[in-house]
Amino acid sequence: MNQKSVTSMQRVLTTLGHREPDRVPVFFLFTLHGAKEVGLPIKTYFSDPDNVVEGQMRLLAKYRHDCIYSFFYAPVEIAAFGGEVIFTDDGPPNSGEPVIKTTGDIKNLAVPDVKNTPCLEMVLTATQRLKERVKDAVPIIGVVMSPFSLPVMQMGFDRYFDLMLEKPDLFAHLMKVNQAFCVEWANAQLAAGATAICYFDPISSTTITTREMYLKTGFTIAGQTLAKINGPTATHMASGRCLPIIDDIAATGTAAVGVSCHEDMALIKSVCRGKLSVIGNLNGIEMCRWSSEDAENHVKEVIAKAGAGGGFILSDNHGEIPFQVPDDVLMAISEAVHTWGRYPLDWTAGK
Amino acid sequence: MTDKLVDAFTRALLDVDRLAAKQIVQNRGHDTSPVKFAEDVVLPALERIGAGWQAGTLALSQVYMAGRICEDLIDQILPPEDPDRKNQPKMAICILSDHHKLGKIMVCSLLRASGFDLADYGVMEVDDLVEQVQKDNIDILLISVLMLPSALKIKTVKQKLAHLGCDVKLIVGGAPFRFDDRLWKTVGADAMCRDASDAVSVIENMMKGMV
Repeated sequence: MNQKSVTSMQRVLTTLGHREPDRVPVFFLFTLHGAKEVGLPIKTYFSDPDNVVEGQMRLLAKYRHDCIYSFFYAPVEIAAFGGEVIFTDDGPPNSGEPVIKTTGDIKNLAVPDVKNTPCLEMVLTATQRLKERVKDAVPIIGVVMSPFSLPVMQMGFDRYFDLMLEKPDLFAHLMKVNQAFCVEWANAQLAAGATAICYFDPISSTTITTREMYLKTGFTIAGQTLAKINGPTATHMASGRCLPIIDDIAATGTAAVGVSCHEDMALIKSVCRGKLSVIGNLNGIEMCRWSSEDAENHVKEVIAKAGAGGGFILSDNHGEIPFQVPDDVLMAISEAVHTWGRYPLDWTAGK
Repeated sequence: MTDKLVDAFTRALLDVDRLAAKQIVQNRGHDTSPVKFAEDVVLPALERIGAGWQAGTLALSQVYMAGRICEDLIDQILPPEDPDRKNQPKMAICILSDHHKLGKIMVCSLLRASGFDLADYGVMEVDDLVEQVQKDNIDILLISVLMLPSALKIKTVKQKLAHLGCDVKLIVGGAPFRFDDRLWKTVGADAMCRDASDAVSVIENMMKGMV
């Protein structure tokens, strides 16, 4: 394929079809850098969908990457459930005190009305306006937290583990509420113009739960939920490991998986080949102190391990680039993908 | 014999079998003090589980449940204020700037299950933390974080404590430190823990330097 004639959408669809496009697609999953780009504090930036549209468009042009990320921040879903969002000047907004404090709170938890919740409406408006700008040339990636992973923000990690392991009836009720919300939220984003939905599910990773527990919980929930989402999905482990459950993840009906920098990409790719596309796995935390040379070396290494045959999108391992990652490192990553990611990857022969 | 006991205790913890774990504690024999049992059996079992998590063969849910079970069991035979608790420096633990408590809970469980005691400050911001540490005359401060910006604030904690002349050792832990093994030095910490079970050996090493 001639690189100039290929749109990002064509490039991404080709790789998702497990074929080699003109070059390895690269997803910079930017949220906070948009604020930096338009010169606004993070809280102000996310207060108006037009800021996010402008930020995403500038980032697309600057770094020549292959997606729009319509994701604002994870606690937007917590805000929809009535929770608090805490903004900081130099990092992603955080969720405040858990919205679920007692078992009674779970029983009374209502499914938020997606179309009448201001914080969600802003994301939908941004998605619509981004779609008007990029049309079908660039995929727009919407985001949902999986029903199985959302409770970490709803009630805290420790009490969620206790619930999952010791109170199966209440756990089932919470999953029912979260599933209904997740499906409606994903489908609203698709209707607004998102091309695909990234289903963040770190609690299903083997870093957090055992495969045995996953098969009884996160796996079943993902299968049921993804089946009701009216578009393609990618499952992201947000830095968690997933090698032992790759076949299970594929069986949930997802098209791709976002993997941890703590896993061997060559091994992951060999297990995923033909079944799941792989997204990853640059270390976003380390990226804060990389030199341009480090960036190029890491890009070359991951392409050499996972690029052959398509089915691969280069990205960070967490699903969000930290605010502290300098622009010159991001530029070096982009340059390296444009230089070393061109198919065929002859330079990787023998590596 | 101890190895077999550690094997059995580890198995009980991984199976979340509280009864089996309790039985092993109760059958420890009259000549084994609670502190000795914690050192010889409980801590090695928790260290094995922590190492399994680091290696990717065990899950965080298993580490968490193991710590909780051990904390309950040890509290029964060695209450928090028991004079048999180890001679130790004044220690405190906190979460800096976010509401993710799991790491702190696991470290608390593990240290208490290993015979240590420490103050739990909960969620703190920089200035309040510095003030509290100075007021309590803390020797070792453990800080748990989930988010990178919270980790970076530790540098300010260190600077403010130094400015006040507080000789406090900082031990840090949490996700950002596991993804960048140089970050703990960048923020001015004295040590980092890759998982909760690291805390005991890190503190014991620090105590040797304090003598």
